[in-house]
Amino acid sequence: MELCVDIRKKLSGFELNLNFETSEDVLGLLGASGSGKSMTLRCIAGIETPDYGQIVLNGRILFDSQKGINLPCRRRRIGYVFQNYALFPHLTVEENIGFGIGELRRKDQKAIIKEMVTMIKLEGLEKRYPSQLSGGQQQRVALARALATKPEALLLDEPFSALDDYLRNHMVRQLTETLGKFPGAAVFVSHNMEEVYRVCRNLVILSRGIIEGKGGTKEVFKAPPSLAAAQLTGCKNISPAIYISPFELKALDWGITLKTNIKLSQDIKYVGIRAHLIGAVSDETKDNVLRCWLNFANEAPSRITLYLFIEKENPGQRGHQIEWEITPQMWRFMKIQPQPWKLWIDPEDLIIV
Amino acid sequence: MNTLFRGLDFSPLLISLRAATLATVVTFFSGIAAASFVSAYRGKFKGLIDGILTLPLILPPTVVGFLLLLVFGKYGPLGKLLLAIGTTVIFSWPATVIAASVVAFPLMYRTVRSAFEQIDPSIVYAARTLGVSEWKIFWKVTIPLAWPGVAAGTVLAFARALGDFGATLMIGGNIPGETLTIPAAIFFAAEGGDMEKALLWVILIFIISLMVMTLMNYWSDYQRKTIAASAGNSHGIMR
Repeated sequence: MELCVDIRKKLSGFELNLNFETSEDVLGLLGASGSGKSMTLRCIAGIETPDYGQIVLNGRILFDSQKGINLPCRRRRIGYVFQNYALFPHLTVEENIGFGIGELRRKDQKAIIKEMVTMIKLEGLEKRYPSQLSGGQQQRVALARALATKPEALLLDEPFSALDDYLRNHMVRQLTETLGKFPGAAVFVSHNMEEVYRVCRNLVILSRGIIEGKGGTKEVFKAPPSLAAAQLTGCKNISPAIYISPFELKALDWGITLKTNIKLSQDIKYVGIRAHLIGAVSDETKDNVLRCWLNFANEAPSRITLYLFIEKENPGQRGHQIEWEITPQMWRFMKIQPQPWKLWIDPEDLIIV
Repeated sequence: MNTLFRGLDFSPLLISLRAATLATVVTFFSGIAAASFVSAYRGKFKGLIDGILTLPLILPPTVVGFLLLLVFGKYGPLGKLLLAIGTTVIFSWPATVIAASVVAFPLMYRTVRSAFEQIDPSIVYAARTLGVSEWKIFWKVTIPLAWPGVAAGTVLAFARALGDFGATLMIGGNIPGETLTIPAAIFFAAEGGDMEKALLWVILIFIISLMVMTLMNYWSDYQRKTIAASAGNSHGIMR
């Protein structure tokens, strides 16, 4: 079971140019809005046509610009869950789910619809119309409708973006469960790095139509291969950096020399640290310690984002700002500490690109 | 009143209703076909095609009638064809149907087309990814979703067909019992000084038009209510 995509398509402002393959594990396509994620899915499904390239699903050529092959949507056997779900508003839940299997015998249709309704836990709501369902239920119907036709691959375009936060976590768990049982390739598009991290084993990071990083989700988050990848995986603190020695670099914006665990190459450009991976220390003689002054605190119920000025060479002189994300307990503790605070960056956590 | 009705020839009513009904059937199918073609068409002639299809709405009815005379007349392309099989439509009752169809067509076409174009394209894409044929998508998705527009277009087309005067007169003439419709009857009655007769026809066409529009309004209200009732309170129901 394998989906190979290698396409190019001119879009307004940039060119979509990407190349990836995926098998049964869910592949995440992470990128900012307008980076070409949805367009990629549309090309795979056959809604849009790439300018050049090839799309192959389980050995079947869906699209090949050189051979002049371009299978229509309906013959690609690819399920698609749209961002707004695109349910048929004039059909009931069971009619929506059964829409793509009309050619089967009545009995088989009923069996599949029943199986799908059970899978999405909507028993008893078969006769309802989409407008009578909550956002989460609609999403499940869209998923069931796509899976009812037994597609060879499944594409999900921002399936959680229309849901409120309360529902989202619950739905993420359910979807992960369903996708785990799906035997084909699945591609999940999102601009939300947390969703992608939770749902996808593998990851492709897309920025302006170009792949900025791909690989195992955990690995890419741990060591993003490019600046755009670091930003898209949520790294808030990034500074230009220069090489000093094999295990030392200078972070130019932060005015500090940082020790690293990994051997550096001469042409490093940036160093980054995630806002929640910074620690506080009392011992200033340690390596990788920044002296900071609090500028502004932004409190959310479960975490506090602090915006801090980094002290420059002279005590009291304020330089660039960094973001630090801490828990409420930590915030209560830090509030009473004298400034400048001493913040420590573990060499292990440095992102170097 | 009684004496009036006794002397009245009701043929214009029947001719008008026949022309309007048949024209509505013709425009129903041709309007839907044209609307689905134009809304799917992505080429550079879209504006031109739309303009041509809408022209009968903008042109003076006499101009439409004149053009129809050119096409269906003895020397016109279709007229010659009909003559070859031994018939002609000019100044016979089919002329009233042709004239009414042509003037009513743009209303059906435009209303249906805008209804088609308001359908969320991702719903149609979704249907395609489910492996369903375009034909089934058209009848099971596009038409039901555009139905309010289709219904409105049908009523407007009927009303326009019923009220045509100029184009019908140009190719049908005013032969009593054959091509004399209510609007023409009103004109000739008023011109001949028979104001009572003209008034009677005016009242009749008034009643028919008002009846059709009112029925249409109540029906679409009823439809909206049933949809709203079946849709329930979408915000009130949580998982």
